[in-house]
Amino acid sequence: MSFDIAVMQIFNGISLFTILVLMALGLAIVFGLMGVINMAHGELMALGAYVTYMVAHVFERHLPSLMGVYLFFAIIMAFLVTFAFGWILERGFIRFLYKRPLDTMLATWGLSLVLQQAYRSIFGAQEVSVPMTKWLTGAWDMTEGIQIPLNRLFIVGLTILVSLGVYYLLFKTRWGLRIRAVTQNRAMSGAAGINTNRVDAMTFALGSGLAGIAGAVFTMIGSTNPLTGQLYIVDSFIVVVFGGVASLLGTFVSGFAIAQAQTTLEFLLSGSMAKVAILLMVIVVLYFRPNGLFAARVRQ
Amino acid sequence: MADTILAVTGLTVSFDGFKAVDDLNLSIDKDELRVVIGPNGAGKTTLLDMICGKTKPSAGRIEFKNADLTKLSEYEITRAGVGRKFQTPSVYDDLTVLENLEISYPKHRGVFGSLFFRRTREIGDKIRAVAQDIYLQDELETKAGILSHGQKQWLEIGMLLMQDPELMLLDEPVAGMSARERDLTADLLARISKGRSIVLIEHDMEFVRKIAHRVTVLHQGKVLSEGSMDQVQKDARVIEVYLGM
Amino acid sequence: MRWLSKGELFGYLSLAALLFLVFPLTLDPFRLNLISKYLCFALVGVGIVLAWGYGGILSLGQGIFFGTGGYLMAMFLKLEASGKELPDFMVWSSTETLPWWWEPFHNFFFTILSILVIPALFAFVLSYLVFKKRVGGVYFAIVTLALALTLTVLLVGQQGYTGGANGITDFRSVMGWDITSDESKRVLYFIHVVLLFAVMGIGAYIIKSRLGKILIAIRDREDRVRFSGYDTAMFKAFAFTVGALFAALGGAMYSLQVGLITPTLVGAVASIEMIIYVAVGGRLSIVGAVYGALLVGFAKSMFSENFPTLWLFFFGGLFIFVVVFMPNGLAGVLDRFSARKKGQRESGLNAVPERTKA
Repeated sequence: MSFDIAVMQIFNGISLFTILVLMALGLAIVFGLMGVINMAHGELMALGAYVTYMVAHVFERHLPSLMGVYLFFAIIMAFLVTFAFGWILERGFIRFLYKRPLDTMLATWGLSLVLQQAYRSIFGAQEVSVPMTKWLTGAWDMTEGIQIPLNRLFIVGLTILVSLGVYYLLFKTRWGLRIRAVTQNRAMSGAAGINTNRVDAMTFALGSGLAGIAGAVFTMIGSTNPLTGQLYIVDSFIVVVFGGVASLLGTFVSGFAIAQAQTTLEFLLSGSMAKVAILLMVIVVLYFRPNGLFAARVRQ
Repeated sequence: MADTILAVTGLTVSFDGFKAVDDLNLSIDKDELRVVIGPNGAGKTTLLDMICGKTKPSAGRIEFKNADLTKLSEYEITRAGVGRKFQTPSVYDDLTVLENLEISYPKHRGVFGSLFFRRTREIGDKIRAVAQDIYLQDELETKAGILSHGQKQWLEIGMLLMQDPELMLLDEPVAGMSARERDLTADLLARISKGRSIVLIEHDMEFVRKIAHRVTVLHQGKVLSEGSMDQVQKDARVIEVYLGM
Repeated sequence: MRWLSKGELFGYLSLAALLFLVFPLTLDPFRLNLISKYLCFALVGVGIVLAWGYGGILSLGQGIFFGTGGYLMAMFLKLEASGKELPDFMVWSSTETLPWWWEPFHNFFFTILSILVIPALFAFVLSYLVFKKRVGGVYFAIVTLALALTLTVLLVGQQGYTGGANGITDFRSVMGWDITSDESKRVLYFIHVVLLFAVMGIGAYIIKSRLGKILIAIRDREDRVRFSGYDTAMFKAFAFTVGALFAALGGAMYSLQVGLITPTLVGAVASIEMIIYVAVGGRLSIVGAVYGALLVGFAKSMFSENFPTLWLFFFGGLFIFVVVFMPNGLAGVLDRFSARKKGQRESGLNAVPERTKA
């Protein structure tokens, strides 16, 4: 019995984990590679969620026969829309702030307020949710006492797929090579004929697009309201910082650790005390490893 | 040896397995002006970084007047009497030349000391004297950020002079200077080396010949050769390293 | 080195005229009380100028200190308002006896002392440890943000001791002196303004002292300052601690004058709002920060009375605009304007926009 509870518990943690990792991957790319702290990242996630909601709506009304696959379409749309939006943001004002990381935090926080109000004006303050796809309802009965909802399995698979995709993109393609070159030596890359402005915009847009996917995934486990992004932004930051900004693997592991710790503690303590315990734990760990868990010793 | 001011023994540091400085021994006398030369990556700057506390060594001792510097933090090392000038001039761009020098004055370094600090005549005189030394007497009210590259180098040396250190570590003080500025700097070094020890990194052999008492050649984190400029230049190993033969 | 530049002098004098004469003579009690509310944030702002503008330390958790000051004061006020009874919210959440750590707050002087000591002490210990570890910049900002969040969660969760999400309210008097009448609010207003000028004076003194120069030096090149023989962590911790102390005073005045304190005033949103007051007024100008608090506070009241939905658009847009295009706020703009008029190239510390690392 207690084993069953433990397994279910881990699976509860896993849905939080998928959101946190997708959010944190985007943040880690933007922060780790560009040094930009995007406080509006949560609102970009909400944007992805609202796009998913709209796509579901359109399918429901005009293409009801295709409702079974709307999700795939929605995920792609969520990515593309937030990607494009991220591009505009980078060109619009982020690029003026590269030398001023603290100011970037403030300006993007201002942006998050504007977006929240925009969502409220367009979609209302109420929560909206999408219809569950039929083939994802139901659960996989692993054993007698353990049931794992199919939609959870789906998002875990999706998260792993996206993470691998990001890894491939950054480390195995020419485009990823260019991004890493620019972040390591801007002047030299420019001299080598890389269009650094374009790379900056692409990188920021990619990070934003990942938030969009996180938003699409979020619609499968919760309802969206204008403040949804706020729920995850600080946690995602903590995941990034905890894992070490420059490490994708670190992000992945710390996302898992924090999500599991959170859900487990929530199970044992009250929700608020769990949160307090996590935050304090992370602060203590960071005190002893200020560069995160996965930082290498580098010559300054 | 009674007049040794700095004794480095068995100093080692590695970054990710790469030994930038490897079991290095070095000793500097009182009032000596030592020049450290060596090809790029020989570990010259890393050596200075470890003496002044910027980098912590993995092994070895750095004895300065009976204190082991490896156990102190940067500000304690500075207070013990070691001054460091960096390769790229680092001065406070938003402050004036006068304020740059004043901040370096070695008293009232505590929070409350600095809160109730008043510029006395004595301090004012000292600032003016140092400014004179570093050829910036007419620039006292200028923001450091708009000084020329050479002037910034001088200002940073002046900031060290304010501290009156017994040991000065200078990393390429004439880099990026015009010929005339180089000559002035050589004069400056000759003047300020009286009564203190200086360890200086330099690439310009002309300049080294002009000022050095003794020269230490580093290569791959170790001392390759040591002696007067003439001795060093005749050393077969040095020639091999520099000319790749 | 002059004690005050012309622009600063004008700023201080005009502010004194506004606060001591114009507002008290022209505004009705309701509006004057609103001004008091803005001034609470002005107190916080002066501290932010020191820590952020000069020390380069951005705290996204000033609400922690504001809130601590506010709650400490509220505990005293609540106990006095409750007389011999248990505070009402404790009764509602069936706390049966007064917790021991509430007891000392029957005493007004203990309360004042705790407001001056507890937040500052916490700020000092936290920041010194963190700065000693060389954690700074955005990491410090995130740590403070996380702490603000933690404290909010804690305050909401421990309803029986803290009043939960509703906070603590319903205050009546300070040592028998009724604080709810218009008359006494007016007296409090003047006390507040005097306090504000005292705090501004202390802040200005710090900035003009050698310590102020060292803070600028640390902001621009911390490593170099270490090699000039300074324990930079101590200086940064000092700036942060003074900031926390001023914030705590602001919070205490808030409880006293507005008559309530809630967890929202502690949280991330409130904390970041406090930053924008300073960003608008000018992060390098003490008097600018006070004007910033007044202007933004006033704008907020105007909007929420007339167009509540537009407020966030305006506020967020203002935030972006100021940070991107006016990094030194209104004070910076005025400074540059007057400098150009005089035909100078640069004027004082207040005209260095681009290179400010923060």
